[in-house]
Amino acid sequence: MADGAPHTEAREYEQRDSIAKHPLLPLVARGVDFGINGQRIIDDVSFWIGSSGRTVILGPNGAGKSVMLRLCHGLLKPTRGEIRWGDMSVADAREQQAMTSQKPVLLRRTVNDNLLHVLRVKGVPLGERQALVDAALEQAGLTDLGGRHARDLSGGQQQRLAIARAFVLKPKVLLLDEPTANLDPAAVRGVEELIGAIGAAGTKILMTTHDIAQAKRLAADVMFLNQGRLLEHAPAMEFFSSPKDPVAARFLAGELPA
Amino acid sequence: MVRCWRSKRASERMTLCVLMRTGFRTHETIWGRRRPYDRFSNMNESPSAIGTALSMIATLDADLFEIVLLSLQVSLGAVAIASIIALPLGALIALQRFPGRRAVVILLNAMMGLPPVVVGLMVYVLLSRAGPLGSMGLLFTPTAMVIAQSIIVLPIIAALSRQTIADLHEEYGEYLRSLGCTPMQSIATLLWDGRFRLLTAIMAGFGRAIAEVGAVIIVGGNIQHSTRVMTTTIALETSKGNLALALGLGVMLLTLALGINAAALVISDTARRRYG
Ligand SMILES: Nc1ncnc2c1ncn2[C@@H]1O[C@H](COP(=O)(O)OP(=O)(O)OP(=O)(O)O)[C@@H](O)[C@H]1O
Ligand SMILES: [Mg+2]
Repeated sequence: MADGAPHTEAREYEQRDSIAKHPLLPLVARGVDFGINGQRIIDDVSFWIGSSGRTVILGPNGAGKSVMLRLCHGLLKPTRGEIRWGDMSVADAREQQAMTSQKPVLLRRTVNDNLLHVLRVKGVPLGERQALVDAALEQAGLTDLGGRHARDLSGGQQQRLAIARAFVLKPKVLLLDEPTANLDPAAVRGVEELIGAIGAAGTKILMTTHDIAQAKRLAADVMFLNQGRLLEHAPAMEFFSSPKDPVAARFLAGELPA
Repeated sequence: MVRCWRSKRASERMTLCVLMRTGFRTHETIWGRRRPYDRFSNMNESPSAIGTALSMIATLDADLFEIVLLSLQVSLGAVAIASIIALPLGALIALQRFPGRRAVVILLNAMMGLPPVVVGLMVYVLLSRAGPLGSMGLLFTPTAMVIAQSIIVLPIIAALSRQTIADLHEEYGEYLRSLGCTPMQSIATLLWDGRFRLLTAIMAGFGRAIAEVGAVIIVGGNIQHSTRVMTTTIALETSKGNLALALGLGVMLLTLALGINAAALVISDTARRRYG
């Protein structure tokens, strides 16, 4: 267990309760290291996430949040240690997950065709596709923009499309990397509402942010990452009211660059 | 010479050297059928040649358009065949990691500069009666010209499309992996989304094919009403002094080549502005 990530018996009991509903939980990391060219980017990270609520990875720029998310999704392989989703390996679990990148990767196609691409790759029968697309557009508030070219959308609309596309097949787990970076407050609200709705529908959300206020609004539990180390993992209420780690406390007080 | 070439003795054990000599004499024979001294008698007509050339184009001169049509057929055919192989090949090299990949990429780029004459010679050797594919009787047919041009154009389209796909994969790679795409699905996605830039690669190949003379003259033989294309006819008619036909074809070739390049630029430019 990572230092500063205590969990009482009571909490674990409560979390185990929700596991029955979720085949990919708990998400467990044990002694995970990740390095590139001898540079250690993730340093001995261990955690246990059992609840199906929204988990937020919080930390300053360059903390290793994006890398951590990629490790959980299996896009990167740990140099040491292991990550497992329930009793599945990361690679197997990926089939039931979807991820959005910090900079949304949209195909050079219309909004509609971006959504259809996922359905085609996943082998959804032809007749069922348009209904799923329409539902996703509706949920993301993009109904009128289906015929528009994805790259002509505003930044906020692009983020909403990326999330809608990730969620179009209702994956068990959604991994979102900085879903509201560079958006104006109204767009942030739009994206957060979308994330809220998806989380409420039973999808486990694991997301990163460097925005403290956003973490407060969205998180059920917070993992505080700094310089590749997991310094604290706690329920959001606990973390924001009385952070146990001194670096986390300084970050919350605005004394670390976000 | 052609007859000599067909004799049993000649077809038995041919060295490359003999092949070359025989090959060129064959062309001389074919060219020789057309009066070789025309070039002098026609010389003084040259001032009016441009006028004649333009009127040939304007009146849709049958000979001229037969030649233009064959040029288009041969070069478009070559580009089509080369594209079918080169696009997936370029994508595969861009995506797949395998030992020696870097060497393959370097080789492919180097082969963009294959000298057409040498390609023509190699195809000639393959298709000549003594060659491994001689029994198919393809030498001095448009099919032989298509084969030669396909070989010239294939590395161009493959190398350019590899670059395009590699750039695009840099961007799409994470999404495609996250989605669990098979290699085939990834390639299909990348080819489709790179289609405008790939089209410019294909047009670069076409530009090269339509303007190429060295290979088609060797394997086609420049036979009237059979294998005469714009470039070979221009070469022949100019050497004969028949400047009107040569200039007429020159204008057509120039228009096509410039038009293709201009269109390629406009397409890639518009697509880049539109689709990033
Ligand atoms: N492919 C890579 N090659 C080398 N270094 C990398 C690579 N990817 C990430 N890093 C390094 O790893 C560290 C963590 O990067 P990461 O992208 O995870 O940060 P982050 O917490 O997501 O930051 P941000 O808030 O800016 O998105 C950084 O110092 C970065 O330079
Ligand atoms: Mg990041």
